[in-house]
Formats: sequence, structure tokens, C-alpha cells
Amino acid sequence: MTALLRTEGIKKAYGGVQALNGATISVDEGTIAGLIGPNGSGKTTLFNVITGYQRADEGQVHFAGKAITNAAPDKVFAAGLGRTFQLTRIFPRLTVLENMLVAAQHKRQQRHTVRRRAMELLEFVGIDRHAGLLAGSLSYGQRKLLELAYVLVADPAVILLDEPAGGVNPTLINLIADRIRELNSQGKTFLIVEHNMEFVMGLCSTITVLESGAAVVSGPPEMIRTDKRVLDAYLGADVEDDDHDGTDPADAGAQEEIR
Amino acid sequence: MTGDRRPWLIRAILLVLLVAGAVAFPKVFTNPAVTNYGVLALIFVTVASAWNIFSGNSGYISLGHAVFFGSGAYAMGIAARDWKVQGTTVFALLPLVAAVGAVIAVIFGLIALRVRRHTFIVITIAVFFIFQLSAFNLRSFTGGSAGLNSPFLNWPSAGYNTPFYYIALAFAGGTIAIAVAVRRSRFGLQLRAIRDDEDRARGLGVRAMRVKLTAFVLSGAITAMIGAVWFYYINQVEPQTGFDPLFDLLIVLMAFLGGYGSIAGPVLGALIIEPGTLWLNTQPQFSGGYLSEILLGAVFLVIVLFVPRGIIPTGGEWVMRLRTRGRPAVVPAVAGAAAVGSTAGSAAAGPASTGDAPAASPASKGGAR
Repeated sequence: MTALLRTEGIKKAYGGVQALNGATISVDEGTIAGLIGPNGSGKTTLFNVITGYQRADEGQVHFAGKAITNAAPDKVFAAGLGRTFQLTRIFPRLTVLENMLVAAQHKRQQRHTVRRRAMELLEFVGIDRHAGLLAGSLSYGQRKLLELAYVLVADPAVILLDEPAGGVNPTLINLIADRIRELNSQGKTFLIVEHNMEFVMGLCSTITVLESGAAVVSGPPEMIRTDKRVLDAYLGADVEDDDHDGTDPADAGAQEEIR
Repeated sequence: MTGDRRPWLIRAILLVLLVAGAVAFPKVFTNPAVTNYGVLALIFVTVASAWNIFSGNSGYISLGHAVFFGSGAYAMGIAARDWKVQGTTVFALLPLVAAVGAVIAVIFGLIALRVRRHTFIVITIAVFFIFQLSAFNLRSFTGGSAGLNSPFLNWPSAGYNTPFYYIALAFAGGTIAIAVAVRRSRFGLQLRAIRDDEDRARGLGVRAMRVKLTAFVLSGAITAMIGAVWFYYINQVEPQTGFDPLFDLLIVLMAFLGGYGSIAGPVLGALIIEPGTLWLNTQPQFSGGYLSEILLGAVFLVIVLFVPRGIIPTGGEWVMRLRTRGRPAVVPAVAGAAAVGSTAGSAAAGPASTGDAPAASPASKGGAR
């Protein structure tokens, strides 16, 4: 497998705060990758740099073999990289269907084809019956679903999700996880920032841990669960109690990529 | 099907009546004092609609549209003066005036549209004053504080206003048609997405700067052309009438009174406010115009406090409320009720039927949050 999305040594400072300090991560094609780390470790900043919302001071972003470092958000999206936001961002004064059509804009397709695709996706996330309502009247969970759906309209190759399970109830979390798995089985690649460990561990095949703006360790969930530095840095007692599944610590060390 | 068709038919009939009424207006009211109201009202319908195409859709409130209006007037006046254009052939200069407005809008927009909200508004005001001061001070070009006079049009003085009325009507109709086309287009959707969340729109492939600038240029070009028509109608332009700060406030007031962002709103606002102020200025107790300006300020306050979204949207809600007598107008199935409930602040009572669980449960959760 090849890395579809890769960042190399990204640095980003806000005044005196070094939000990212040489962040190097890679996401293989067709996988669901997780990005975890304590608050302030630079996860969202890394998302913002990848998707062009913030400029990197140093380092590079590669997507599908091309450098997209510091490209404008609309260019990044057109290249095939869609994202959602931590605090869900929809267009409240457009209808749900219109929200979907905004994302469809850059493709020169027939109007009715786009509409049908938009309705299919709304159905896929289960909010198609609200198509005619103003998006501002949706509940928080429905907004999360809408955001996921409209990112899909343009059929991006990689989808970056910033806390998809944040602030939603368990039923909806399961629905979102199901939808992500289904999309993944259709070939979509995901990179997910999430604090809900259960969600991340259950969904992702590779997890990268950020700490103070740099990737500390990267590997499969079983390895992350047991990695000493991860436990120290982030997970604490929470996951320590989890059943060990026999991952060899030495093996885990071999998979370590960074630092 | 007939039930669907009827409102459409009623709309079509209303539209035909409205157009017929507008066309017949100067035939019925031949008094020049009355047709004067008509001409100026239509000029402001055009201006307010043009302003709304940009500001109403994008959410960028421009307080600098007098820049285009005045520049259009001056461009027409300077071209007619320097090229010695006589008679009605001056109206062939209108495309040139539109081009002048467009070029100014590109430069103005490339500066102002880099910033948002309050900063954008302040920059539009600053640019406005640059233009007004230039009109005062570039004497050899603009005629300084004396301004410019339009060359004489040899139209019969009896029905002098009538041709202007039809020119202004054509502009008003054309601008409204453009506003409808923009509203229905992809371009319009992108503008409204920018209004709601510009950064999010960019992340969904909307080329925000290009879209905003296109709307600004379109709006500026129309405003410049109608400014040129106004100049010929009034016969003169001075720095403080062409570049009038009150003009900018009036447009915003018209749009907010009628319904900012809607198509009919600015039209209605212009039809109420412009004749209203003209009439007030003819009343002896309001002579000098200052009292009418105070009154306008009061109207602005009342709108912002009591009908902040304007007559058209709020009126539509009242009609809807009367018709449904307090019941929610749309109740799309179970989860729909949950969605309505969560916005109304009441907790959605238990997600009910099968298959609704995924959609309805977030609603109840959302209500609890």
C-alpha cells in the first residue's frame, strides 16, 4: 500500500506557541487512520494546514503524489480532500438540499444528476426527509450527519473528520461509525481526529499519536493501547485496564516511525 | 396538479397586472410632479436591487455604493462634455459607463473584499470618501464643487419625465430579472453559502474571492448606469449629490425595510421610502429636509427593533401563522417534528416509530444539549 496523504515535518507557530513541531504522518490508501493526542497537541492545526486553512511555517503536504502544501482550501477540496469541522459547520440559512449542492458546485454535471446524488447521500445518512428544511433548524446530531453527507457529494478520495463522535449520543455514534465503514469498503480513505477512544480503537486500522505538535508513535490500535509513551502522554489509566491482546512491546517499538 | 398550478397562475396574473400598471402609470398620471416620484422611485428600485444582488446575497454590507452611482453620473457627464455628445445619443454611452463602474468595482473589490464584516463596511465608507473628495478636488476633470451639467436634451418639456420613466422602468425590470436569475443560479447559491460561512464554503470548492468579486462588479456596473441616467434626469451632478453619504444609508434602509436578501424586499422598500421622503420634503413643516432625515433615522430604528428581517419575510411569517393558526406549518413525519421541536426549544418527546431511530435520536440529544 502506498501513502495517499502524507505530511512531512510540518511546523506551525502561533506567536510563541509551537502548535506543530515537525509533524510527520502518513495515511495509506483505503484505510481508516486515526489521529489522537491530548488537547493542544496540534491535531486540528494539522487538519487546518493539510486543508489549506492555515499556512505551514515549514514542511510539506503530499496528496496522491502531488505537493499541495499551502494550497487554498478550494484547491485542496478540488484535488479530492474533503473535511468536516470540530464544531460542525453547515450553512444555516440554506436548506438541507442546498447545503448539499454547494459542495457539488465544482463539478460540471447535469443539475438533476447532482440533485439525485445529493438526495441519495441524504438518505444514506438518514436525513433525507429534512431536505427542504433550513439547515439551521436541524439538531446538532443531524448537522453532523449533514456535514458528513455534503462532503461526500463531491466524491473526495480522502475524508478528514474532526471529532465526528464529539457531542453526539451513542446511537448516532454507531450510525456514524457504520457509515464510515461502509464508505471505506467502497474505497474511501479516512483520517479521523477523535477523543472517543472506543470509537477510534474500533474503527481505525492505524492510529498516530500527536504530542506537543509532533507524531510520537504510529501503529495499529492494539499497539497504541499498550505503548508506554502513549499511556504516559495521553491515555493514562483509562486504557491501561483494557485487556491485553498479546502485542509484543518490542514489536510495537519496531513499528514506531517518528522521533 | 390543479392545486399546484393555481398559485402559479395567480402569480402570473399579478405580475402582468403589476407590469401593466407600471407601464400605464405616466399615461394615467401626467402631472410632472407625480411622474417625478415615479422616475426617482424606479431609479431607487434599480439601485436597491443592484445593491441586494451583492450585499443581500453575500452578506457583505456595502456602504459605498454611492461610489458607483456618482462615478456613473460623472463618467456620463465627462464623456458628454469632452466628446461633445449631443442629444439622445448620450444614452449610447451607457455600456461605457457600465464598464467604468465594473473597472472601479474590480479595484474597489480587490481591496475591500479581502476583509469581512465590520472591517469591510469601514473600508467601503473610506473608499466612498476618497471618491467624494476626488470629485471636489480634481477640478479640471470633475468641475470641482460646482459639478457638471448635462447637455440639453431636446425633448418636449410637457412630457419630459416620461421617457426617463420608461428608461428607469426598463432598468428596474432588468435588474429584478438579473436578481431572480442570480437567485436561481449556482452562482447565487455560492454567494449565499459565503454569507452563511465563507471559510466552510471555500473548503467545499467555492472560489470565494472570484464569486464575491463577480457579484460586486455586476452590482457596481448596474449602479453606475442608473447613476448616469439619474444625472441626465436631474441635469447636474455635484460631489455631494453624486457621492452622497445619505444615498448609501437610504439603500440599506430600503433593503432592510422591505426584506434584506429577498428579491421583492428592496423593491418594496424603495417604493415606500423614496416617494415618502420626496413627499415629506415638499411639506412646509419639513422644509430643509432635516426633519425628514430625522424621521428616516427613526424608521430605521423601528425596523431594526421590530421587523429586523424586513416586511417581506416577516409578513410572510404572519400570513403563515394566520393560516395555520399557530400550528407548525410543516410537520414532516416524526423526526421532522423532533427537528422543529429542538429549534423551538422544547425537548423532542421520544423518537417514536421504527427506522427513525438514527435520525430522531440525535434530535432528542440535540434538544437536551
